[in-house]
Amino acid sequence: MLTIRRFEERCNYLFMQGRIPSTLHLYIGQEAVAAGVCAHLRPDDYLFSTHRPHGHAIAKGVAPRAIMAELYGKVTGCCKGKGGSMHVGDVRVGMFPAVAIVGANAPLAAGAALAAKWLDKDRVSVCFFGEGAANEGAVHEAMNMAAIWDLPVVYVCENNLYAASTPFSKAFKIQNVADRAAAYGMPGVIVDGNDVEAVYRVAGEAIARARRREGPTLIEAKTYRLCGHSRSDPRTYRSREEEEEWAKRDPIPRLAGRLKELGLASDETLERIEQEVQALIDNAVRFAEESPLPDPEDTLKHVFWSEEG
Amino acid sequence: MALMTIAEALRQAIREEMRRDPRVFCIGEDIGILGGFGGAFTVTLGLSEEFGHERILDTPISETGLIGVAIGAAMAGLRPIADVQYGDFLFCAMDQIANQAAKMTYMSGGTVKVPLVLRAPVGATGRGAQHAQSLEAFFTHIPGLKVVAPATAYDAKGLLKSAVRDDNPVIIFEHKLLYGSKGPRAERGALSPVGEVPEEEYLVPIGKGIIRREGKDVTIVGKLLTVYRALEAAEQLAKEGIEAEVIDPRTLVPLDKELILDSVRKTGRLVIVEEDNYTGGWGADVAAMVAAEAFFWLDAPIVRVSAPDTPPPFSPPMEQFYVPSAERVVQAVKSIL
Ligand SMILES: Cc1ncc(C[n+]2csc(CCOP(=O)(O)OP(=O)(O)O)c2C)c(N)n1
Repeated sequence: MLTIRRFEERCNYLFMQGRIPSTLHLYIGQEAVAAGVCAHLRPDDYLFSTHRPHGHAIAKGVAPRAIMAELYGKVTGCCKGKGGSMHVGDVRVGMFPAVAIVGANAPLAAGAALAAKWLDKDRVSVCFFGEGAANEGAVHEAMNMAAIWDLPVVYVCENNLYAASTPFSKAFKIQNVADRAAAYGMPGVIVDGNDVEAVYRVAGEAIARARRREGPTLIEAKTYRLCGHSRSDPRTYRSREEEEEWAKRDPIPRLAGRLKELGLASDETLERIEQEVQALIDNAVRFAEESPLPDPEDTLKHVFWSEEG
Repeated sequence: MALMTIAEALRQAIREEMRRDPRVFCIGEDIGILGGFGGAFTVTLGLSEEFGHERILDTPISETGLIGVAIGAAMAGLRPIADVQYGDFLFCAMDQIANQAAKMTYMSGGTVKVPLVLRAPVGATGRGAQHAQSLEAFFTHIPGLKVVAPATAYDAKGLLKSAVRDDNPVIIFEHKLLYGSKGPRAERGALSPVGEVPEEEYLVPIGKGIIRREGKDVTIVGKLLTVYRALEAAEQLAKEGIEAEVIDPRTLVPLDKELILDSVRKTGRLVIVEEDNYTGGWGADVAAMVAAEAFFWLDAPIVRVSAPDTPPPFSPPMEQFYVPSAERVVQAVKSIL
């Protein structure tokens, strides 16, 4: 969780400095969802992410330095500079390139689950998407098929209350995305997405259910993105009071507090973790800075698959 | 005359058409939320304050639905302007566009009309393969759709107004690097083709191209951003005594063939510049048309400058390689002189 947070804070800083090109969709505030879900996943389980993928990628085990290099457009990036922020992934650790067409990852996740079942692999497929994406036709079609075929897939809707500037209430007539699960015939579970323990529990059950071949689950994690939708978003569509309320539920201090309360970590331990994380991020940035840019002619590579890569 | 960006010119066109005709409305994602973005590139910013949320209709993220609803509304008497934030998302709604909107008039034996406008930003701007495509060629291939591609503020306003009044589905492709180079949503590397836009009402007819620069030695046809690359190239060529004529068709369907043919008959040489992929591209069609209709006036092979047959890459050096540059246009011209 802390790695995701510090990684993205650094990204934001580097973006402001003009070191990182393009645009960024930061995950700050939602870290407990990625961490709580991915803690159950093995490297050969599949993950399908979105336009806001850095947190999912780190939690699934993609090397932070390879993600950072990708954001820089460097050849050492996890997609060799071809993908960029919205498409990070590393299939060697079970994360396909993130999909920036929102909701379009839902059928892919069902398909990967179909393959796992077919090939009799003990794998689950996890699909993250936002509540905004939940209104895409592709998501409905995918969940219906996942349900009728009992596919080993877990759909995790990160309801952060806004899709770009559109508030939840303007895009839904219902209160919970999870309520839709009933229409597909799968369990729908609501969880506090800022409470990593709760996410871990709920995700564990859903993933175990999928592994037992009992079918898909829709988890709705109620959370909040503490920053804007993407670069240069002044966030004038929501109130500062609301943001402050949610900042009080920031999953990271909350977890730190809980660890101390349970006597699992002292201030010194937390400080040490902080330093380790900072060193990891420093290393990732150095790696990205020092890596070469791709040869422009590399543009022509990878249109079709080849064994040489 | 007022100086404005394309984003502002489009907004003014929408405002004027909505004031003129109560059946005109906008539909799209994040277009009218108070304090929101006004669409991905600010075009509808502030319009919901004037027209209310019934006529600046925010939708969930549901492209099939929002475009389909717009088509149905158009069939039943309204005049929608539907907006997808990035042209790439048109693919999500392909059935509605290609099988429904484009075919209703034909299937009905000419008894049903679909006065729909679809606005779609295109062009590579550092966002990777799913937010950067140039889709013009795809849509010119579908009979029943008009395809418009304005490159200046004047044209953007005049063409959008014509599109709203047209009784057919019209897709307007807008280039992300032409909306303007200032403001919070401006893209890095954007141009500011601030055009003079008259106070009084005017329309730019769909189907009429324009000569952006006169010349006698070679014809360069560009569209959207590549008009500016062609003009840059013409500027450089002029220093070497080569006079290039630059043509902006402004509308791809229907195409102002005569304008291009007349120019080629004058210059004897043709270079077509586009940001789309090469194979099956719009430029191939223009080349074939010219070869068929003006073959005997040609003094050299027709050359096409385009993006390669790859998706748009993310990394800046690869993206620069991908999009056609003025230098590549200059080289292309020199290769046939
Ligand atoms: C099919 C499609 N439509 C629209 C967009 C533009 N877009 C990108 S992110 C976004 C908001 C997504 O909201 P949500 O799914 O709730 O995820 P969040 O951004 O809140 O994480 C939109 C509209 C897109 N990328 N893909």
